[in-house]
Amino acid sequence: MPESKPITKNVDWLVVLIYIACLVIGWLNIYAAVYNPEAHTSMFDLSNNAGKQLMWIGTAALLIICILVIDYKFYETFSFVIYAVVIFLLVVVLFAGSNINGSRSWIKLGGFSLQPAEFSKLAISLAISKYLSDPAISLNRKLKDYYPIMGIIALPAFLILLSNETGSMLVFASFAIVLYREGMPGFIPAIGIIGAALLIITLLFVKWYIAGAIIVIAGLVVWLMPVMTRRRGGLWATIIIAIGMIGIVFGVDFFMNNVLQKHQRGRIMVLLDPDSDPRGIGWNVIQSKIAIGSGGMTGKGFLQGTQTKFDFVPEQSTDFIFCTVGEEHGFAGTAVVVLLFVTLISRLVVLAERQRSRFARVYGYCVAGIIFFHFLVNVGMTIGLMPVIGIPLPFFSYGGSSLWSFSVLLFIFLKIDAQRPFTLSRG
Amino acid sequence: MLESRRFVIIGFFALVGVIYLLRLFYLQVLDESYSIESSSNSIKRVTEIPFRGQIYDRYGKLIVYNTPVYDLLVTPNKARVDDTLRFCQVLGIERRDFDSLMTAASAYSRVKPSLFLRQLSKEDFASIQDIMVDYSGFEFAKSSLRTYTAPTLANTLGYVSEITKGQLERQEEPYYRQGDYIGQSGVEKIYENELRGKRGTKFVMQNVNGVYKGPWKGGELDTMAVAGENLHTGLDLEVQQYADSLMVNKVGSVVAIEPKTGQIISMVSAPTYDPNTLASRYFSKNFAALVRNPYKPLFNRPVMASYRPGSTFKLIQALIGLQEGVITPGSGFTHANCPVGCHNHPATSTVALGVTHSCNPYFYNVFRRLIYKNNIKNTFRASAVGLDAWHDDIAKFGIGQRLGIDLPSEYKGNLPNKKYYDRFYGEYRWKFSNIYSLSIGEGELLITPLKMANVAAIIANRGYFYTPHVIHGVGDKRAVKQEYLERHETGVEPHNFEPVIEGMIGAVEAGTARRSRVEGISIAGKTGTSQNKRGDDHSIFIAFAPVDDPKIAIAVFVENAGAGGSAAAPIANLIIEKYLSRKVTNKALEERMMKLDLMSKVVLPTAKKPAAADSTKKKTEQTKPVNPDPNSPENRRPGVPHPNNPAAMRKPVTL
Repeated sequence: MPESKPITKNVDWLVVLIYIACLVIGWLNIYAAVYNPEAHTSMFDLSNNAGKQLMWIGTAALLIICILVIDYKFYETFSFVIYAVVIFLLVVVLFAGSNINGSRSWIKLGGFSLQPAEFSKLAISLAISKYLSDPAISLNRKLKDYYPIMGIIALPAFLILLSNETGSMLVFASFAIVLYREGMPGFIPAIGIIGAALLIITLLFVKWYIAGAIIVIAGLVVWLMPVMTRRRGGLWATIIIAIGMIGIVFGVDFFMNNVLQKHQRGRIMVLLDPDSDPRGIGWNVIQSKIAIGSGGMTGKGFLQGTQTKFDFVPEQSTDFIFCTVGEEHGFAGTAVVVLLFVTLISRLVVLAERQRSRFARVYGYCVAGIIFFHFLVNVGMTIGLMPVIGIPLPFFSYGGSSLWSFSVLLFIFLKIDAQRPFTLSRG
Repeated sequence: MLESRRFVIIGFFALVGVIYLLRLFYLQVLDESYSIESSSNSIKRVTEIPFRGQIYDRYGKLIVYNTPVYDLLVTPNKARVDDTLRFCQVLGIERRDFDSLMTAASAYSRVKPSLFLRQLSKEDFASIQDIMVDYSGFEFAKSSLRTYTAPTLANTLGYVSEITKGQLERQEEPYYRQGDYIGQSGVEKIYENELRGKRGTKFVMQNVNGVYKGPWKGGELDTMAVAGENLHTGLDLEVQQYADSLMVNKVGSVVAIEPKTGQIISMVSAPTYDPNTLASRYFSKNFAALVRNPYKPLFNRPVMASYRPGSTFKLIQALIGLQEGVITPGSGFTHANCPVGCHNHPATSTVALGVTHSCNPYFYNVFRRLIYKNNIKNTFRASAVGLDAWHDDIAKFGIGQRLGIDLPSEYKGNLPNKKYYDRFYGEYRWKFSNIYSLSIGEGELLITPLKMANVAAIIANRGYFYTPHVIHGVGDKRAVKQEYLERHETGVEPHNFEPVIEGMIGAVEAGTARRSRVEGISIAGKTGTSQNKRGDDHSIFIAFAPVDDPKIAIAVFVENAGAGGSAAAPIANLIIEKYLSRKVTNKALEERMMKLDLMSKVVLPTAKKPAAADSTKKKTEQTKPVNPDPNSPENRRPGVPHPNNPAAMRKPVTL
């Protein structure tokens, strides 16, 4: 096999360009977020986040070169080893981690902090891909094939939960996308989505009205159902589903009060009515919406934002970086960012579908799913469509761990993809 | 079949993208409420300027404090003045002032607030505050003005003004910003870091008109301003004002020191000005007037003006002579064979009598013995070695070097050594006959009033001194700088002081200063008459009292007042009495001194450039010493007796 063919010829340049565009736009916005008009902050000063981010970008470039140089088979072969290392780090961090913002999830190395939880996404992706690369495994027939996958996800999730970093754990929900693609019955994600929707509706409206509405809809469904379906059990199925949904509606109260922690409950409540707590949890959402809303069509101009300065929007260079884009570049800027992300993840799906090995395809879907989930939650949170969950916007948010993990995640896939013409299909 | 699920997935991605785009379009473009909310309720970072530290006198009386005032700021692009006429009327400004102020503000920045009117009093602020709400783009910022309880001590305390562009650029650590106030002279400058305190930062919410809407985040992120530290001086405000009144209509200095600690009790630089004039809205106008004043009121004479010490220097000569063993307390000299002149006085058969009568030949001989003490045959070499030895002894009295007082621009003075004369004559080309005018404090010697007050303190202490200082206690802890707690020795043993002090008592009781003696207080003093090229001699007097337990050492310099006994001695003794007994018995003398007007006798260097007055002259003396060659054309100008010209010196000059 002529594997010596230059990587530059086969790498997917569209993805690389989007990646670079995201880094540059992200960095400029981090600079805008930390910029102090009175102090003439420098872009290259290592004492502020913009300067540090530039350093992270530089080191990420080195990492990428390493990834592209390493043989593509390495990732498949050592999937479980990488997984084991990350699990080990997650255990270490529980005991030796430094406490930053209430979560014990950082390892301090010299002057820098590393967050192993960020790398758990990569580890799980590789492990699931490896596991699914066995053609004998089928997700639409055998329930027992799900157990290893559940285990692969649950172990790091449990460890992350112990270190109180719930945001990172929620990202694992994104693996539903790859499982769906690989054969998981469609009703499972559908139940998830309907469940989440019911939860929100329950909190917005009186429970008895919702129960009434469900009964009316169930009645309509039964009425409209073909007679054959009704006779074959459709009637009972509908009744059971309706009862289940009503159960959820009434279970939400229990869920909200007994299962969720107070701050998580607050974040969901704020999503529904930000003005319920305008100085507390609602503050973030209101201010972030004000900042984005004040941008107008074309924004206030680079470095001209007023709302994203002085810690007005908290975490302005990390989780709320999208606010800076919105305020300074307006709808034009935010639309570009949204389009960049949709293009990137769609392109990744296309790339994944053209893989000949199942390992590569599954891994590609994992990458697309993770990036999509981050985008969904992060942007959704800043525009008031999602609860406030502290996860970064890939390639944009300030932070070495997240930038490294996303870069590694993405470029491992690009490397595998670049070798595609020379790999044989195994699944 | 599963492959087709990719379309479901991509469709889902696209759906989310579309929903987000719609939501963003709604938030950013369609919904106006957010953009209004943003601009109408913005967070502003307000810098809290701390109060400058206050300054107290030695008894805890307040000398300097702060009065709150208000600056009016304008943000040009937000400014809306529909009714300019009324606006100007309210603020009490002219239409063209308004235009120029607006232009200046716009030139600085259209979006940032800049100064419009500064330092409105509390009363003015109260009266216009409500009206100003009608005009958007204007806001008030609280600030403060230095205020002085008494119109005195202007040069000692110094003044505070807006930081200059140069200072802004030169600062080592970036602390100050445009518009900040900074101590520019005196104590305000030296203790700037202690006085200024710590700036605070407040985040407040404001509406579009800049109206305060409360603290942001409940003040969670605010840092409080910390007031500057208070300074405690050794000054006696009452004595200071009394000394001021005695120095009215005179040019000169008074420096009074507490000998045991080195604390300055009083420091007068005459003529002076009311420090309140430089702490007002009219700073630039008043400052310009002070700069133009030919008598240079901004020139801090006690530490910056240079004079020849005249006969007061004989005290040091006597002390060194005794310490070096070239004379004994019983040594006597006659006028015979002496190139310096003298006046008629009883025979000077002891050191004490030599001091009492300020006999010129006596100290000529003392100095001669000091220079030729080394017994080197070659008189040129002997003079060179002798002068350097003498120089080192004198230097221990603080002559010819900065004492290190906590005031800026202290003048070093001049104490010549071998190198100094070598520059004029060449090495070993000069000898004692070229330099003997040093013996009586003339020639190339230059001192400041502060140094002579310190000499009085040294004699009062019988041999040591603490560096004179204004501030004796910083902050609540009353911390004194280490350098002001160090005792400096002169190397002259205490017993050698007694004959000199005896002579000084004699000078006050029966000698050159007898006319101003004070009943009931034992004062030891010495007059001096400092020759100068610009007119009548300067009157000098240094003293300390009480003799046995000195509480005050003083130096008084009155320019162009003639002999030391005529003006300086009476003023010094009145101040001593005021300080020690809080009252003055000799009312007739007091009145005479207060009324004494010497301004007509004061000769300004050149009529053409009055602003250059004193300092220019001083500068030439600092850089280019008087040419000691009696034959140089400079010294042959008529009517200017050069101290080194023996013919001139033969006249009796040392009262």
